[in-house]
Amino acid sequence: MIGMSKLRLVWIYPDLLSTYGDQGNALIVERRARLRGIDVERIDVRSDQPVPTSGDIYLIGGGEDRPQRLAAERLRRDPGLGQAVARGATLLAVCAGYQIIGHEFVDDLDRVEPGLGLLDVKSGRGPVGRRCVGEVLADVDPVLGLPPLSGFENHQGVTHLGPGVKPLARVTAGFGNGTDDGSEGAYAGRVIGTYLHGPVMSRNPGLADLLLTWATGVPLTPLEDRWHEQLRAERLKAVRAAAS
Amino acid sequence: MTGTPVPGQGAGPARGPEALPPRAKLAVTASRVTAAISRRAGKGSGSVIGGKIALRIAPDLLAQLADHLQVVLVSGTNGKTTTTRLVAEALRAAGPVVSNALGANMPAGITSALAGAGDARFGVIEVDEKYLSGVARDADPIAIVLLNLSRDQLDRAAETRMLAEKWREGLRGTEAVLVANADDPLVVWAASSAKDVVWVAAGQMWQEDSWSCPSCGGVMHRPGDDWYCSDCDFRRPQVTWSLVGEEMVDPDGQVWPLDLQLPGRANRANATTAAAVASVFGVDTASALARMKNVTAVAGRYDVVSYRGRNLRLLLAKNPAGWLETFSLIDPAPAPVFLSVNALDADGKDTSWLWDVDFTRLAGRPLFVLGQRRLDLAVRLDVAGLEFSVHDDLAGAVAACPPGQIEVIANYTAFQQLRRTIKEAQA
Ligand SMILES: [Zn+2]
Repeated sequence: MIGMSKLRLVWIYPDLLSTYGDQGNALIVERRARLRGIDVERIDVRSDQPVPTSGDIYLIGGGEDRPQRLAAERLRRDPGLGQAVARGATLLAVCAGYQIIGHEFVDDLDRVEPGLGLLDVKSGRGPVGRRCVGEVLADVDPVLGLPPLSGFENHQGVTHLGPGVKPLARVTAGFGNGTDDGSEGAYAGRVIGTYLHGPVMSRNPGLADLLLTWATGVPLTPLEDRWHEQLRAERLKAVRAAAS
Repeated sequence: MTGTPVPGQGAGPARGPEALPPRAKLAVTASRVTAAISRRAGKGSGSVIGGKIALRIAPDLLAQLADHLQVVLVSGTNGKTTTTRLVAEALRAAGPVVSNALGANMPAGITSALAGAGDARFGVIEVDEKYLSGVARDADPIAIVLLNLSRDQLDRAAETRMLAEKWREGLRGTEAVLVANADDPLVVWAASSAKDVVWVAAGQMWQEDSWSCPSCGGVMHRPGDDWYCSDCDFRRPQVTWSLVGEEMVDPDGQVWPLDLQLPGRANRANATTAAAVASVFGVDTASALARMKNVTAVAGRYDVVSYRGRNLRLLLAKNPAGWLETFSLIDPAPAPVFLSVNALDADGKDTSWLWDVDFTRLAGRPLFVLGQRRLDLAVRLDVAGLEFSVHDDLAGAVAACPPGQIEVIANYTAFQQLRRTIKEAQA
């Protein structure tokens, strides 16, 4: 958005992919931009509308298996998101959305569905009877300069990373990608995928700031994060207590 | 529907559990003894453990107990307990009723409640959504009420649309009359496999779980109160009972004022549904409504209680749809509002749902945040740009609160804890 007057924040398919409070991330990015005097235009794109190509930050959330398939079908027909990412837009994809932006995932009919290929990952189903549900704590790739991620996961899927991406983080509690190598999420360029579902930024406002930094290209002024910090501290303590 | 013949009605006096076969009798006795022991040990009402023992002795006990009753089942994500209570009150106009009034709504709790049927003629039973199909098979109900379906405790419950699908399969070809909410597309999808449905316009403020067509996946359109799929012929059915503002319209077009003591749109909807059920059982609407108007609180919900010299109205809201309905019934600003959220097993351990709730509807009211997960709530309200204060306990919040009746909204275990705190203070 360098040189532009407004930051365009695009939330993709809230009608299909907003099962776990995913609106939270849109609200938090919006608020943290405004608090720094950045003007934000939020665009919620319903699944029967075209995805605009001119956004600065794109968000895709989580959903149940059937809406995930419907969302992937509609996004494959729409070149908007792919064009935006190709010209350097920032994208955060969560849970079902993370699977959709990879090369493939397994749908509600047990078929392998092609994804959008925006991240070099492939998702499948995890072992029968193991659903990854619960608190997650994960150390972020130091290159990204973020404190540990705290969140909640709830997925059956397992995501394998290809050579074109790096793990977003390494879990110290929870399952993450479900591949038993400790990896959680993936990123490449300005595209991030994670299994920390729903409003991941409520406990990790640094993630919102990372997206804002990428999108604006300028350093951000720090914010007074009293409630976010208190919540983080309480959750980190709870997860560590449960682990010991 | 008034005057519709009801199978089994007028078949003489109810026979009661005394007419049960020996094994079932033994099971009932065992259940009562177990419940009494459990009660004496201070472990709640003992109804669930008693029911579990009884079902182990006689697995078909629920069916045998229900056989002596004219049964109506009530299910849905929100409003089950209140609607069950309203239906029970209405049917008492026609005869004695047995009901699982305290909300033990899985097979063991239901069995236990029915074991105490005495000479009841009607069984009015709240059923957990997941167990509806099974209980409907066992209890051979005359009517089944489908209120609504929406996201609830997704970290441990089935996906919402899957529940609708399970209802649809389980209720296909049922002999029961379905009384179903025409304003919830998931309920309509579930009910439309049955042959006899009474459609009620009961409303559903929460729409976020039915933007995609349950039949074909197409995008739903919702002009005004109507809804339809853009890709197939799935659409809102013709209703016979409807809630219009503060009034109810019956199938003959007669308008009834709903001056209930229970507050809010959702309870007027529950009463409309209950009146439709009463009519299936031949109870006239005037008698049904007269009895429903006596209900003031349901299992502690809507109760106004005194605590440290203040009046608190206790409101239970367990999921986004429930919170949305609750915001619409509380006193207008500047009435103070307490919000309390836990995330124990019975609540679901994931607090993500807080972000589905539009808290900006509370703008302009003094907000007090409580509960085990008060910091999750604090972040949520902060991001919504609302003013609030966070408190460690109820006493502290009340001490800091400006005068006036306090509206207290809490999720499941937070609600139970608040009731305990208040009870202890009153003792
Ligand atoms: Zn359709």
